[in-house]
Amino acid sequence: MKPITFTLRSEPEERLDLSALIPERLAGMSAAEIANLTVGTSRTPAKVGDLFKVTGADPSGIVFHGGSKRFDRIGSEMTSGSIRIAGDVGAYVGRKMAGGTLVVEGEAGPQAGSGMRGGRINITGNVGDGVGAPMAGEVQGMTGGLIVVGGRAGDRAGERMRRGIIVLRKGCGDYAGLGMIAGTIVATGRVGLYPGHLMKRGSLLFDRRPANLSPTFIDCGVVDIGFPALFDRYLLKEKILDRPLLGTRPSRYGGDNAVLGKGEIMFRRSG
Amino acid sequence: MQKLSRNGIEIDDTFAEAFGMRATAIIITAPSLKWARQAAITMTGYATSVIGCGCEAAIDMDIPATKTPDGRPGCRVMIFAMGTDELQKQLKSRLGQCVLTSPGSACFADLEGSAMLDLGSSLRYFGDGWQISKKFGGRHYWRVPVMDGEFLCEAKTGMTKLAVGGGNLLMLAADAEKALRAAERAVEAIEKVPGAIMPFPGGVVRSGSKVGGKYKGMMASTNDAYAPTLRGVVKSALGPEINSVLEIVIDGETSDAVASAMRAGLKAVIDLGPKRGALRISAGNYGGKLGKYHYHLRDLLP
Repeated sequence: MKPITFTLRSEPEERLDLSALIPERLAGMSAAEIANLTVGTSRTPAKVGDLFKVTGADPSGIVFHGGSKRFDRIGSEMTSGSIRIAGDVGAYVGRKMAGGTLVVEGEAGPQAGSGMRGGRINITGNVGDGVGAPMAGEVQGMTGGLIVVGGRAGDRAGERMRRGIIVLRKGCGDYAGLGMIAGTIVATGRVGLYPGHLMKRGSLLFDRRPANLSPTFIDCGVVDIGFPALFDRYLLKEKILDRPLLGTRPSRYGGDNAVLGKGEIMFRRSG
Repeated sequence: MQKLSRNGIEIDDTFAEAFGMRATAIIITAPSLKWARQAAITMTGYATSVIGCGCEAAIDMDIPATKTPDGRPGCRVMIFAMGTDELQKQLKSRLGQCVLTSPGSACFADLEGSAMLDLGSSLRYFGDGWQISKKFGGRHYWRVPVMDGEFLCEAKTGMTKLAVGGGNLLMLAADAEKALRAAERAVEAIEKVPGAIMPFPGGVVRSGSKVGGKYKGMMASTNDAYAPTLRGVVKSALGPEINSVLEIVIDGETSDAVASAMRAGLKAVIDLGPKRGALRISAGNYGGKLGKYHYHLRDLLP
């Protein structure tokens, strides 16, 4: 069976909530039922059939041909299967996702992978603010899984994350790992102001010295430990990065000592 | 007893009797093979027999740097015990005293089994709150700060209930030198068999035992039937030409591993020949009533 494919007819005229189009919710639905699902968010909301040409029948793999910055909540709460979007997406892609794989061949808006619990999200382009972050009022962000961003991330990447891994291949904005509870954020490229601000535990792993470190991070010196090599091997084996991140003897800073202070920022030493 | 022979060596038509055990395996790595082996040897010290040591343990094999989880040289260590609780206890205390303490060491799980045993999950408290948990690639690790950097240890390892302990071979020779040469050859061959260990010193036992003894409280005592100095005095299993006997005890991850190990050992001793090595090969059993696994030498001959 071919994957269910949604081919975008034209740019939508309203923001869309596409959280209904995940493998487990489409399983057992007929083509007519799928076409009749409401995805618009305005007073006279659009239905799937108004926006997309729907082909294919296998709900375990879903493909979107054509994307839009108005595509919100794609893959929200999905637990299995795969979704691939050939195009951009809007906010909350993979929000509270718990399993399966989600691939965005384009850019993503704010809060990508917000509150994610498991599975894997790959985004080839840039992402907005708050990748993996909680929504207002929530006490923790991402609690598991893997987010790989090929482009650059906005501010507050991995805010209040608890577990899991976020990889930002072209760096990120300010306050990466803001209030981080635990987990791992990897960034290659330029990192903005004050990474790890108010982090309790967790690891920020960079390929270079961050330009602006908060004064509440303390220099632990150069460390000679086994973890960087083990983690580098994982990143290379999974093809998340194409060259080692930290090298054998990275620099380490401990913090944020404004709070618990059990987090770390490790980065490759230049030269 | 029917006579079997290979290359001029007499093979007793008997069998080795072995028992079901619980086992686990880990990989210990270090900056060099020397230090990986040092940690492994220390960890598997005083672990020859469950009767006295609580567990049986030894290095299964060395693992080249290209095949270890962290890209450093290492070795695979196997530990066997009769029960899950005892195995966990031995694993934890040996890991804590011998591997955690060894310079540059790291420790990884290397067995997938029906149950899990704690590795780093119990040692992490040594970090006194500074231990770091990391989960990636489907595995869970603990990083414990220590004086030479960090002790990196996987959280858990698998345990198998299909392990077998007590496979054995007896090398009977004209003198002690020849018995030892035969035993060394067998050990060398068995070391190459994956999933099988020989827990006794250098793989060899010279004090094979029988069950019980004349003194109260002795669970095992000397195997007088195979003690050459007692030939004629007791009911001896030795002919006039045998003056020295050595035993190899084998524990395996599976029954197949024990059989392969015995097969490899037999072939090595047979290839060595009777002039330089053993005149006769036998195996130890308790009449077949105690152990679930029987390895007949007849079936394992080259």
